[in-house]
Amino acid sequence: MLEVQNLSMRFGGLLAVDQVSVDVREHEIVSIIGPNGAGKTTVFNCISGFYKPTGGKILFQGQEIQGKPDYKISRLGMVRTFQHVRLFSKMTVVENLLVAQHRHLNTNLLAGLLKTPDYREREKKSLERARYWLDRVGLLEMANWEAGNLAYGQQRRLEIARCMVTEPQLLMLDEPAAGLNPAETKELDQLIVSLKEDYNVSVLLIEHDMSLVMGISDRINVINQGRPLASGTPEEIRQNDDVIKAYLGEA
Amino acid sequence: MQDLLYFSQQLINGLTIGSTYALIAIGYTMVYGIIGMINFAHGEIYMIGAYTALIAITGLASLGVAWLPVILIVALICAMLVSSSMGWAVERVAYRPVRGRHRLIPLISAIGMSIFLQNYVHLAQGSRNIGFPALIEGGFNFGSGDGFQMSLSYMQITIFITTLICMTALSLFIARSRTGRACRAVSQDLGMANLLGIDTNRIISATFVIGAALAAVAGLLLGMYYGSVDPLFGFIAGLKAFTAAVLGGIGSIPGAMLGGLILGVAESMTSGYLSGEYKDVISFSLLILILLFKPTGLLGKPEVEKI
Repeated sequence: MLEVQNLSMRFGGLLAVDQVSVDVREHEIVSIIGPNGAGKTTVFNCISGFYKPTGGKILFQGQEIQGKPDYKISRLGMVRTFQHVRLFSKMTVVENLLVAQHRHLNTNLLAGLLKTPDYREREKKSLERARYWLDRVGLLEMANWEAGNLAYGQQRRLEIARCMVTEPQLLMLDEPAAGLNPAETKELDQLIVSLKEDYNVSVLLIEHDMSLVMGISDRINVINQGRPLASGTPEEIRQNDDVIKAYLGEA
Repeated sequence: MQDLLYFSQQLINGLTIGSTYALIAIGYTMVYGIIGMINFAHGEIYMIGAYTALIAITGLASLGVAWLPVILIVALICAMLVSSSMGWAVERVAYRPVRGRHRLIPLISAIGMSIFLQNYVHLAQGSRNIGFPALIEGGFNFGSGDGFQMSLSYMQITIFITTLICMTALSLFIARSRTGRACRAVSQDLGMANLLGIDTNRIISATFVIGAALAAVAGLLLGMYYGSVDPLFGFIAGLKAFTAAVLGGIGSIPGAMLGGLILGVAESMTSGYLSGEYKDVISFSLLILILLFKPTGLLGKPEVEKI
């Protein structure tokens, strides 16, 4: 589904990402891990179109997407979150989910003014989908709260719900567990697995929380100082000497 | 009693002017709220609205149409259509190509656009004042025969009602409609809105068009109220409306409404109790004071630096 081949990203004299390859197949959770500053988020930014990579190829559903603008890439069915929460914090919880479906709706202004049956039908469907996902992430009672007033863990879940209403094929999560307590992390863990199992979404994950990564990933890519260090199943990574050295330092 | 009547008269005059400032100020504040840029050509869009309305009224008169509601509605529609397309074109020509550059570049481009439009009207319509027919005459008078007479003209009532309708329609549109929802999302986080698949270019165009349409309404109303238009008609009104937008908190729509009313009342009180010559002094002093002591305006929120 997603194939990143020999991706490189250079900022002036700094080679932030050097020949990194990642691939995500259908129905798979793949993680990218590595020490701070390893270039994980830069890889994400290249894939999602925030940066134009200086080398390598990125294929999504067989189509080359490197260097395309972010909004075009997101319309292909790939949606991401950021390390910090980026909700529309002054809008209500349900509005956050409705606005994410904007492009799926018929936004013809005339249809909106006349409230054509078709317009109402679509509006109703988007409301139903929003309701479904609010229920799914346990935020239904807070539907009319201002999003900025939610607790941090709830904001994180709302972000995932907002991604899901766009019906993506690939969900890219940048440190979704950052700042969550162990109970919230556990819930997130179950939510991500269920996205894969029940909604057939592939997930590309950047995460520091090792128990989360090891528990849910099908495969893991380790990068260190911009370069690929290892890749394999959680079991292989756990036993890889290079990885242990990179994380713990030389013995 | 005399004093109270005199005061009420100033208040009415102030609210009349203030509500039209508010209509124009919305255009500044909406554009700023979304792309963080001051559209300095907005005053000219308003001036073009007034000219278009005048042309429509003259045209209808030469066709022999005499029924007032028809004249007003046709003039209003023409003015809104022409100003809106002008607002749309200005965004495409002068702002979109330089969006995302250093902040000074769109500012200069905006000022250039403003000079261009002013001079275009100079060429097309001549630089002299053109009389604007007072279509709505008469009004109510209060007070005894020999003392001060307070008057509330039908024109002033028309201005209040029209402004009220426009403000209500706009508030409903922003709060309830799908496009309004997208507008709010884009103004909070343009990048994220883009990523979620909202056509942000279209939303930005929409804010220019809506602002221009409201300015055209103000153009027709103030043209009739003052009784004449000239190519510099938009310059001072634009500055005043900009002041109103800053006063209320730029980026905030209720702020623009409040700012307009406060500014209008402050001006008419100055004219009424001090001297008409001081009214511009007062409005721009207000602008300076606000910028010094509360740069975010009355209803604006402090901008949080995003990391």
